[in-house]
Amino acid sequence: MDILSNLAFGFGVAFSLQNLGYCFAGVLLGTLIGVLPGIGPLVAIGMLFPLTFTLPPVAALIMLAGIYYGAQYGGSTTSILVNLPGETASAVTCLDGYQMARRGRAGPALAVAALASFFAGCVGTLLIALAGPPLAEMALMFGAAEYFSLMLMALVAAAVLTSGDMVKGFCMVVVGLLLGLVGTDVNSGMPRYTFGVMELYDGIGFTVIVVGLFAISEVVSNLASREPREVFTRKISNLLPTRQDIRDSCWPTVRGTAVGSVFGVLPGTGPALSSFVTYMLEKKIAKDPSRFGKGAIEGVAAPEAANNAAAQTNFIPMLTLGIPSSAIMALMMGAMIVHGISPGPQVMTSNPELFWGIIASMWIGNLLLVVLNLPLVGVWASLLRVPYRWLFPSIIMFCCVGNYAVNNNAVDVYLCALVGAIGYILVRLECEPAPLILGFVLGPLMEEYLRRAMLLSRGDPSVFFTRPMSLAFVLGSVLILAVMIAPALREKRGG
Amino acid sequence: MNFDLRNNKDFLAGLLFIAIGVIAVVVAARDYPMGNAMRMGPAYFPTVLGGILILLGVWVAARGIRAGEKLKGEWGWKPLLLVALAIVLFGFLMSRFGLVPALVAVFLVSAAGGREFRLKEVLVLTALMSAFAVVVLLYVLKMPYPLIAGVLWIS
Repeated sequence: MDILSNLAFGFGVAFSLQNLGYCFAGVLLGTLIGVLPGIGPLVAIGMLFPLTFTLPPVAALIMLAGIYYGAQYGGSTTSILVNLPGETASAVTCLDGYQMARRGRAGPALAVAALASFFAGCVGTLLIALAGPPLAEMALMFGAAEYFSLMLMALVAAAVLTSGDMVKGFCMVVVGLLLGLVGTDVNSGMPRYTFGVMELYDGIGFTVIVVGLFAISEVVSNLASREPREVFTRKISNLLPTRQDIRDSCWPTVRGTAVGSVFGVLPGTGPALSSFVTYMLEKKIAKDPSRFGKGAIEGVAAPEAANNAAAQTNFIPMLTLGIPSSAIMALMMGAMIVHGISPGPQVMTSNPELFWGIIASMWIGNLLLVVLNLPLVGVWASLLRVPYRWLFPSIIMFCCVGNYAVNNNAVDVYLCALVGAIGYILVRLECEPAPLILGFVLGPLMEEYLRRAMLLSRGDPSVFFTRPMSLAFVLGSVLILAVMIAPALREKRGG
Repeated sequence: MNFDLRNNKDFLAGLLFIAIGVIAVVVAARDYPMGNAMRMGPAYFPTVLGGILILLGVWVAARGIRAGEKLKGEWGWKPLLLVALAIVLFGFLMSRFGLVPALVAVFLVSAAGGREFRLKEVLVLTALMSAFAVVVLLYVLKMPYPLIAGVLWIS
């Protein structure tokens, strides 16, 4: 079997002492930061990204992937113990997880969350290994027009499926695209939108954008709001779920994994939507739906399985097509570019150790999460008791140091302050920042593919509709739009 | 109809987007060659994007005027200013005076943006976290930063 030998090759890469160490460090640091309320995987990756700068590319990506699941799992811990999700993907876990914690069952809730995530992670990893090669083969046939249309679809989906307002989502995507264009234009060599600042010739660093938009604006929002935080401080006594718990969460885990795997591949959806959808599904098919929201274990197992499965399958479009399907994948892609690897179908053949090594390390990372987190739950819980007035200056410090370390210059730090201020204003105006990140990473690529496609077609835009794959992606974008707009229109007419 | 536009969230968001779009289009038109659809110049794509952003911004602003939805909560100008100041100070001090002054400034200034400022706690926090940052940056990652520029170097 081809896949088996490939996976064996990947495990050979991932099991080297060095890579195993980085995977462990990534998972540990990711969880540590993800546990802090209000900090999700995006910020965790953005803040810790400079740490991976000096590593070889494979180790760096393995560590970043570790940070990603670590932070995701840390977010679930926070949802269960504090009722404050670190990020949208674990918001649903709050509903039942926190109720379980209030009834003294925080231990089983955390254990079931970890086990369900692990199961989903295993399935997700296997799916990537299975789906990767054929998808990459297909992508090798893509021309510039196909890539442009595919990116368009990813952006439309990202804008439409944000938790906030759709039109503002589109605005944020366009702002992101424009920010992505800052720097030297590859075709003409002309610096654009640099306003004479030399440091901008290479473009705005994505650490600047991510840390500013998410971490700093989040800190300011927290300081400005008056809501006190309710922290669950009782000691977590027994971790072991009962046999009944296991039986109750078996099928929800499987269903959650299935839903999450599908949603993870679709552009723009990712972990957040999938956990929400599975929760609704479980509630609908449950014998006694009234238990949900009052500490039903299914309400923890299913969304946790879904968001972890989606977190895994999220990698599929990024690794095989070079198109990120979520803001986090955009970030991972940015990291790959920084390390000199251009993501796309050729990665599998040109850097097989990277592709298969990452896949194998995903499985190891998921295993580490279970092994690491269950014994350390007490430590994470005590971290939550640290008062915010100690926490936030430390977060700001990490942001500053991280931004300075990328290029060793102060301009990045100044820019980060500016982006943070703008980010806070955007949050106040209820503009969701996630679509901006996707636009930011895709901006230069989209322009390049648009140019190439139009050059080949001699300036005829119909090329996007006459090539079948391209047409399919354009129709896909229209369909996504139609599906989202239709209910709103009907409501208007009805009302 | 609501004529108080200063707190109208969609109106303000729309204005912001229009402003960004206008900057994009104006700078592109002034400084970069446009080219044509077949051979796009550096101005082509940003001009299209800026145009789209202006249109969307007008839509958002118009909707804001019609719906008149207010901002929720209050602006946190004080934390915003102090946090931004702390970050700018870090960049400035770091590049001229070294790691230690920069770290001290970040903690003192950003902590002042919090709801309560307890000097003793802030000092202890500054000392502990700075020590941690120094160990990680200089010993683990081996970054070439001076502790205090011109006075104290490690390595």
